[in-house]
Amino acid sequence: MTTRPTNPMPAIVAHDLTKRFGDFTAVDGINFEVRRGEIFGFLGPNGSGKTTTIRMMLGLLAPTTGSVEVLGMTVDGDTAKIRPRVGYMSQRFSLYNDLTVLQNLRFYGAAYGLNNAELEIRIREALDMAGLEGRENARTKDLSGGWRQRLALSAAILHRPETIFLDEPTAGVDPISRRAFWDLLYKLVAEGVTVFVTTHYMDEAEHCHRLAFIQRGRIIAYGSPAEIKERMMRGQVLELAPSNAAKAVKTLRAAQQAGRIPLEEIELYGSLVHVVAPQVKKHQRAIRAELQKAGIHAGQMSLIEPSLEDVFIACMKH
Amino acid sequence: MTTPIIQTQGLTRDFKKTRAVDGLTLAIQPGELFGLVGPDGAGKTTTLRLLAGLLDITEGGATVAGFDLARQPESIKPHIGYMAQQFSLYAELSVLENLQFFAEIYDVSPADLAERTERLLTFAGLTEFEHRRADHLSGGMQKKLALACTLIHEPEILLLDEPTTGVDPVSRREFWNILTELHLDGTTIIVSTPYMDEADRCSRVGLMYAGRLVICDTPQKIRAQLHGEMIELLPDDWQTAKALTENLPGVLEVQTYGEALHLLVDSGKKRLPQIKRALTKGKISFRSARLAPVRMEEAFISLIRRLEE
Repeated sequence: MTTRPTNPMPAIVAHDLTKRFGDFTAVDGINFEVRRGEIFGFLGPNGSGKTTTIRMMLGLLAPTTGSVEVLGMTVDGDTAKIRPRVGYMSQRFSLYNDLTVLQNLRFYGAAYGLNNAELEIRIREALDMAGLEGRENARTKDLSGGWRQRLALSAAILHRPETIFLDEPTAGVDPISRRAFWDLLYKLVAEGVTVFVTTHYMDEAEHCHRLAFIQRGRIIAYGSPAEIKERMMRGQVLELAPSNAAKAVKTLRAAQQAGRIPLEEIELYGSLVHVVAPQVKKHQRAIRAELQKAGIHAGQMSLIEPSLEDVFIACMKH
Repeated sequence: MTTPIIQTQGLTRDFKKTRAVDGLTLAIQPGELFGLVGPDGAGKTTTLRLLAGLLDITEGGATVAGFDLARQPESIKPHIGYMAQQFSLYAELSVLENLQFFAEIYDVSPADLAERTERLLTFAGLTEFEHRRADHLSGGMQKKLALACTLIHEPEILLLDEPTTGVDPVSRREFWNILTELHLDGTTIIVSTPYMDEADRCSRVGLMYAGRLVICDTPQKIRAQLHGEMIELLPDDWQTAKALTENLPGVLEVQTYGEALHLLVDSGKKRLPQIKRALTKGKISFRSARLAPVRMEEAFISLIRRLEE
């Protein structure tokens, strides 16, 4: 039964947020809203404006024009009100490598002004949440990337922030640790925390409740993964399992170039072939005939769901 | 079966106390597009560097393009193109000058160079940027130029170390289109990648874990190794749905994907109706519940977890 109270006030609202550095516009009039208790993904290639946006939301950088509100407060030079209520995990987790897990957490707790009794309780909770129990006395530099990342998250949430900002938290972390990290984020969200996370891993987009895709400082797609797929994908993806996939790709590309079949993309996936076109199913017969002429058995054809990456590529090309 | 173009036999390399590559035995057929995947530190880079003849072998051996790696490393060089993760282009040289530079290293004749330059620039989509300095190219274009430089001596074998890391999605897609073209023309390619979805584009995939090749097969067969099937559930409230479904019989694993849940079950046909009934009984509404294909990443994670147990 759904009984979780929902807070109607958004956690973050950006209005025409813009940042210029000289002639260069890093963030170009973006608008978005992050709801309370969701994981909001901010995706884009390197250099697209993700970190600049986070820094403006934290009050570390003043917008050139536009504004941003975090937890109902307009972010301006005075960050004292907001800081105690937000957590931040930067790209290079700022942990002290020579300190142990416990020493790092005590250091961050003290920096947030927690008193000793309170701090010990919070540290226990954080260790438990991150699965770091038993590693309290390990030196930070001896931890693997995945464990260091969990420790950095624990440090960022010691003061129980309502909203946390994570800048590329999973960069350079192996897939299993990435998966464990996302499970931690879901745990936090279940407790009502709002998570704003940037990543350049397209497959992680599917883990977010809602997301914005940013390119050259502008938002080019915005919504839940399902909404974005529905709204933005013009073509459909048809998967073929032909008798000779490599030859099938060559044949279909030749047919496409000769203008015989209007396909947008023809891609080899191991022994499978993906073709993309609007209403792609209506080309099935032509595809089959074209392959047959080349002595290839077309095999089974089925419509498959496009990945979010397929969708973004389609948006960026148009 | 043709003679493998690359054949390794218990190939091993130690760095001080760590065994970076541990008894690798692998045969690559001519024309394969072979993907090397695995977590950081699994031994992918060391394997590629060994095959390129850039590192000494601790134990075991290999033949590459018919030559013995330990005894004839210099004979191998003309047959391979190796692109390191941090491939060093000359930043202050233009696109054309970089190509010329690599052509000189590999003794490409001026006539060949002229013909290949034109073709490679078209191929890499760099023709209109031929006079641009390398450090003024975008990350994606730099990668394509690096690949073009790697191809200037027309090697039969390409060894590419994470060529798409940190590249935007459009450039990544373009880069794979180029690799597909090379593959269709018969070049043998070994490419390492941290992106599990790229494994799907390879004809065969090797998963490295702690220096060992633990799985090596076609993407389809690797997926099939996963015990169980995937059910994709779109509940209105994923948290309550997760709590309920986790404890149902036959549910092996529940993964959250935003508002969707992926349930790994022992039998999809048997469990799907049971799960739907349990949700209805628990008054948890859902928009859809269906059998879904297993993603490569899910297959790998599940297989690695099994190895760890």
